[in-house]
Amino acid sequence: MNRWEEKPLLKLEHLTMRFGGLVAVNDLSFSAGEGDITALIGPNGAGKTTVFNCITGFYKPTEGRIALRHGEAKVWDELDAATARPDRRMVRAGAGLYLLERMPDFEVSAHAKVARTFQNIRLFSGMTVLENLLVAQHNALMTASGFTVLGLLGLPAYRKAEKASIEKAKYWLDRIDLMDRADDPAGDLPYGAQRRLEIARAMCTEPVLLCLDEPAAGLNPRESADLNALLLGIREKDGTSILLIEHDMSVVMEISDHVVVLDYGTKISDGKPDFVRNDPKVIAAYLGVSDEEVEAVEAEVLS
Amino acid sequence: MANETQTGGRSVDIGHAAKDALLAGLIALGLFGVFIGLQTVQDISNRLVLKVRPEALAVIVGIIVVGRFLLNVFVWGREPSHKAAVASPSGGLLGMFKRLCFLVGVVVTLVAVVDIGFRLAGGALPNMPISPPGTMGLGSIILIEAVAALFGVVLIAFGQNMTERAAALLGPAGIGFLAAFPIIAILGAGWGGSLKWIDNFGIQILIYVMLGWGLNIVVGLAGLLDLGYVAFYAVGAYSYALLAKEFGLSFWILLPLAGILSAFWGIILGFPVLRLRGDYLAIVTLAFGEIIRMVLVNWVDFSGGYAGISGIPRPTLFGIPFNATDEGFAARFGLEFSPIYRTIFLYYLILCLALLTAFVTVRMRRMPVGRAWEALREDEIACRSLGINTTNTKLTAFALGAMFGGFAGSFFSARQGFISPESFTFIESAQILAIVVLGGMGSLYGVVIAAVVLVGGFEIMRELDFLKQIFGNDFDPALYRGLIFGASMVVIMLWKPRGLISTRTPTAFLKERKTVSGDLVKEGHG
Repeated sequence: MNRWEEKPLLKLEHLTMRFGGLVAVNDLSFSAGEGDITALIGPNGAGKTTVFNCITGFYKPTEGRIALRHGEAKVWDELDAATARPDRRMVRAGAGLYLLERMPDFEVSAHAKVARTFQNIRLFSGMTVLENLLVAQHNALMTASGFTVLGLLGLPAYRKAEKASIEKAKYWLDRIDLMDRADDPAGDLPYGAQRRLEIARAMCTEPVLLCLDEPAAGLNPRESADLNALLLGIREKDGTSILLIEHDMSVVMEISDHVVVLDYGTKISDGKPDFVRNDPKVIAAYLGVSDEEVEAVEAEVLS
Repeated sequence: MANETQTGGRSVDIGHAAKDALLAGLIALGLFGVFIGLQTVQDISNRLVLKVRPEALAVIVGIIVVGRFLLNVFVWGREPSHKAAVASPSGGLLGMFKRLCFLVGVVVTLVAVVDIGFRLAGGALPNMPISPPGTMGLGSIILIEAVAALFGVVLIAFGQNMTERAAALLGPAGIGFLAAFPIIAILGAGWGGSLKWIDNFGIQILIYVMLGWGLNIVVGLAGLLDLGYVAFYAVGAYSYALLAKEFGLSFWILLPLAGILSAFWGIILGFPVLRLRGDYLAIVTLAFGEIIRMVLVNWVDFSGGYAGISGIPRPTLFGIPFNATDEGFAARFGLEFSPIYRTIFLYYLILCLALLTAFVTVRMRRMPVGRAWEALREDEIACRSLGINTTNTKLTAFALGAMFGGFAGSFFSARQGFISPESFTFIESAQILAIVVLGGMGSLYGVVIAAVVLVGGFEIMRELDFLKQIFGNDFDPALYRGLIFGASMVVIMLWKPRGLISTRTPTAFLKERKTVSGDLVKEGHG
């Protein structure tokens, strides 16, 4: 049995997103396993980023349920009970269920602990690398500063928390190899470093699920390999599961445990990388042939 | 000529400098030979007689030769250092002050030197602003002006050599100057004449500095374009005026109360409108400012309408009023009564309020909420993806900015003793916004410089009476304020589109605090 069926972290059920008459995502269901790197792939315009925006609260899906689990897996049994209540989340000792489709975007990150990066990098370019990582720890620091009041008075509790936040930023600077550029504005970094910084910034929110929208776009093969190492490290060391959209097959096939393929908003394949790679429907979607010709094309590709 | 001297590590070619100075002297001799060397005088029988004045000519040419030589050696001789300063990021505070020092130094030196020349030549510049009036002898006037010229040269040299460390002292030095300003004004302009300087310049500029710093939180840090800031100023002013008159509460109770009321109005306005962005937010805040004013105009029972509110109680020094009674400040301290005590008291009051605004802004920037404001200005969507509640963050910025506007408003009505809706028109909002934008969004020093230039410049225009001698008696320079204001705005926006001080200082650093160029800092669209 696959891990995403056995120990799912995130469950999408019957997700549909319509923009006027356009159906961007059509009745999509899949789950992402805890500790897995799940890749969401598909041709351009397949609706991948829309799915991401639904998960992270930037879009409200037209229909469907997106549920995320914290803690023990048993809590899934209470999903229907939680859905029946009007609450956005159900939290009890050692476990929690979050109904992401009901949450506004900032709560998805603040409470459900789902962090994301963007297809076109969204760093705070006028702030330094270090400041970018500190802004990401906003909610923790806000509590420590007694919602600014205690911080303004300069109480030691806040100063300790601030020191800890800088230590955490240093830890991530070390991981992404940007320690020397900590005091430079983020907008001055080369493209590859900006991609890494955006991932580190998302990780500073201590997520359980990290959603990466095309993290390897525009990277050279060497940077791509570094990114693979970084993502595998995040899964091993930090125990954060990853959901990523990617076109770069070297990244997808090398690091992911589970691949979901979308085409025209519908799921066409779902499984381990090897299974998906050989799925005739996927080959057809990517090469653009009709179903009857698939076998011929497949033979050609494999030979 | 190989006699090169090392000054500050750079070589200056003395020979070349001397040659250049002599050439300038020759040109001056040719130009001034006729203008100053010759004078036509009417003798007793009304005949024009040509008088030759070699001494005056020699003095003028001498000043030009020496001046040119000094400039060559100390200013232009340092071309390499100048280039280095340009190559390094000089857009910041340091570069700004360097240029300011250079400019002021050149102007002071030139005016003093030219006036010395004129006086020696027998005349004087009409209404010299720096020449002391009265019956002083020519010798002492020239001495004073020579000192002024020397001061100018020192300023130029200082501007050229200013280091980061010297720039770090600018803040304390500026506060020291502001604290000493009333004393300087009294020493400089006398007991009676200083009133104008402390009131029209000191207090007036500080009110705008404070308003600029308050609006800077909203526009400069959080990136929310607020065109109706004067509404909060009005709320503060009317809160003080009405509560003090109706309930007889003291200034010290009403000051925080006015701030809280303004912040409250900020939140009331903020809740519905802060989901708007950019132009839409600007329009709604503009409308809000006008609504407040219209209510004040039309709700006559409440606010007195156009007639406004007069007889507003003046602030007291812990219960001691500033009046001519036996209980008054002057009588208590055994001084002769003078209105200047109240003015000085008000000056220090607004200085403290303004410094409080600056202090809170500086501290807030290092708090998580302050960083969130700046992050919000940079990229709102990224903020939301990091779990920052953008509505609350915007509201805090809006409320805090409004609170300082309310403080300034209650000070304003306490100082004036009379308020009416006329004081809270859109043009006030525009001027405060202009101060923030010209100063460089987010920069406290920039706001001060812009307020001094815009508000102080306006006041100076009233003083330029000597222009009447040039353009005739009907000429009123104050009428051209709008024109000059607009033109200077256009010039500054062309020359420095991101404001006078366009760099951003990071709020945290690991090894060194590097300033961030304004090109990378976003302006905010919501």
